[in-house]
Amino acid sequence: MADAGRHPNITLLTGSEVKSVKGYVGNFTAKILKKARFVHEDQCTACGDCAEVCPVVVPDEFNEGLSSRRAIYQPFPQAVPSAYVLDIKNCLGHDPIKCGKCAERCDKKCIDFDMKDEELEVKVGTIVVATGMEVYDPTVLDEYGYTRYANVLTSLELERLINAGGPTQGQVVRLSDRRRPRSVAFIQCVGSRSQKRGNPYCSNICCMNTIKSTLQLKEHYPDIDLKVFYIDIRAFGKGFEDLYRRSRLEGAQYVRGLPGAVREDPATGDLILTVENTATDKLEEHRAEMVVLATGVHPPEEMHIVQEMLALQKCSDGFYLEAHPKLQPVDSATKGIFFAGCAEGPKDIKESVTQASAAAARASRLMSPGRLLVEAITAEVHDEACTMCGICAKVCPYNAISFDKKSGRPAKVNEAACAGCGTCAAECPASAIHMHHFTDDQINAQIDAILEEDPHAVIPVFACNWCSYAGADFAGVSRMQYPANTRLIRTMCSGRVREDFVWRAFQRGAPVVLVSGCHIGDCHYIDANHWTEKRVKRMWRKMEKLGLRPERLQLEWISAAEGVRFRDVMQRMEELRQSVSAQELAETLRILQEEADRTAAKRETAA
Amino acid sequence: MSDDKQALEPRVGVYVCHCGLNIAGAVDCAAVAEYAEGLDNVVVARHDGYCCSEPGQNRIKEDIAQHRLNRVVVASCSPRLHEPTFRQCVAAAGLNPYLMEMANLREQCSWVHSHEPQAATAKAKDLVRSAVARTRGLSARHEIEVPMDQATLVIGGGVAGIQAALDLADDGFKVFLVEKQPSIGGMMARLDKTYPTMDCSI
Repeated sequence: MADAGRHPNITLLTGSEVKSVKGYVGNFTAKILKKARFVHEDQCTACGDCAEVCPVVVPDEFNEGLSSRRAIYQPFPQAVPSAYVLDIKNCLGHDPIKCGKCAERCDKKCIDFDMKDEELEVKVGTIVVATGMEVYDPTVLDEYGYTRYANVLTSLELERLINAGGPTQGQVVRLSDRRRPRSVAFIQCVGSRSQKRGNPYCSNICCMNTIKSTLQLKEHYPDIDLKVFYIDIRAFGKGFEDLYRRSRLEGAQYVRGLPGAVREDPATGDLILTVENTATDKLEEHRAEMVVLATGVHPPEEMHIVQEMLALQKCSDGFYLEAHPKLQPVDSATKGIFFAGCAEGPKDIKESVTQASAAAARASRLMSPGRLLVEAITAEVHDEACTMCGICAKVCPYNAISFDKKSGRPAKVNEAACAGCGTCAAECPASAIHMHHFTDDQINAQIDAILEEDPHAVIPVFACNWCSYAGADFAGVSRMQYPANTRLIRTMCSGRVREDFVWRAFQRGAPVVLVSGCHIGDCHYIDANHWTEKRVKRMWRKMEKLGLRPERLQLEWISAAEGVRFRDVMQRMEELRQSVSAQELAETLRILQEEADRTAAKRETAA
Repeated sequence: MSDDKQALEPRVGVYVCHCGLNIAGAVDCAAVAEYAEGLDNVVVARHDGYCCSEPGQNRIKEDIAQHRLNRVVVASCSPRLHEPTFRQCVAAAGLNPYLMEMANLREQCSWVHSHEPQAATAKAKDLVRSAVARTRGLSARHEIEVPMDQATLVIGGGVAGIQAALDLADDGFKVFLVEKQPSIGGMMARLDKTYPTMDCSI
């Protein structure tokens, strides 16, 4: 920690939040809000004189509320930066009548009540997301009595009690009578591995954390009686099994089965646990003077803010989804953004450090050459075909198209700024934009190819590279079975799917068509899929007007993690396909032919 | 091979990968290769145990030279997995990497229709036909060079954020380490001892 604080290459921004990130790999611009600390951190010597005179007393969140702190405080003794901070919400203020004592007391005059929040802008090539996790709140699991019974604690509360720097200087005491407990019972999997309440996944760290706590307690109090109630003990890491064996040798008793209920003996404050011991098949009662709930972890409540800002994807368990679970375990699907620690899933310290070093190496590898080659998937305007309507410039999410009607010059694409979503090419009414590597001709050729034989039996699916195509891959990796008549056409973004592509598919006899992309807000091209949505809605209105059933064109948002959803959508598409009769198909062809004739006639008249 | 030469009449090579039994378990790869051979512009079509293996890649490179291929279709796994592999493979043989196309026969065919070998084989043929159709319109492309800011933003100052920041900073990059709380340290700083070595956390 201290190393990070003094490293010449690290700018430490504490009390800060990232407000926005724009740009792409190699060229991100981030806006950071640094909240006022009200103490000049470079001048504060952490002498603590200010806190001595502060009259405000509030619970100390660092100690889980087991002790109190002042409104001006240092979060913990080894804090980095080593400076006090003023909790302005609880401070009485600088009004000398009200208070202002700390500023008066500070010899170095480093308390500044007029300090303002600062907004910084930084330019970076890569981003490491290490937003961590939060600990499960077991209050909702009423049967364990957390918050109802004083002597039921969480594992984090025990951690603070046993810590020499904690509220009791390392003395483990009961909250009801401040007496050392003679027996402690641990309950495992609190908030983890449950399909009903809490989280369905294993939180990874709780078994070993409990084993560690039993050894610590035995070291402090050799005569203490310890019981651990568990479903399975997962001690799979290096050195873990040894630790588990040591815990048992030291006398901790492991009972297989989670208590159904914990109740308090009001006379003593002791707790009585009722448990079905699944090793003996007997219903047992155990008494303990303290109960510790081995709470699991979950993604932070505010994770969605960073997720939306960086267009990252989440797994079904709420943690971030990596680009590939085995081959790119620290990469996000967005180039230049990496994951470290619990942001990607529950991890212990060793794993977090390992992953962080891996993320740093991946970022370093990208940045070292000082330049970056990007895929040559960019748009280009055919000058002679451009009608100078300006729509392309309007729809480009990257402002990569310059167009000025007055100049009388065709629109121009800035190749370095173009990210290749293809929305401009899809919206251009004159088909004047050539989307390299995903041209109209290439996509039309694919449509024709998949509908060449028995088109009535085929389901054409347009899938965006980042989300829905990846979701289809995920369904594959998970071996989910779905109808075999689906045929995917990959585009980089759903924004590329031109109206003409869909009409062409129907003209070739497709009974149904699916356009699929990233969820709104998750688009890898800022907000290009808004145009997809608008376009599909426009087509639905047109279909209705023409007398075609609009539901034959479907729009679905499927993320890279939603393999199940992809399978379900394919099954629904097949049901929908079966609802289209031969007669309806023949009628569709007739209607579309008439419409094409009308358009051609109109064009001829105009010419 | 110059870009001009590559723009001539397409000469396509198709490589159907068994991926052991991952694809061949449901898809009749020999039948797909035979079918591909009959498609317009396809000069050579083969099936191979593992196209991504060195011998598999060498076969593609040899064919590019011997049959003067100017388009390649690899019908194997998802392009999200092995597109870079096969792009490099064709580039090593002098073909522009953008003239290589993949048909996804594993994640989107054999694995999801594993109990319907006939339907899976029919779909595989369609996917290959679609890929071949697409390659006819492909043209050589050259990657664009963009500048790279030599700095990193680390969001979160827990143990992972700190470690990533230190490694990058030691590598000589500028790091902006952003932490919501008034101190870095995160959850780790609140722990007393850490397993498996039982030493202190800070």
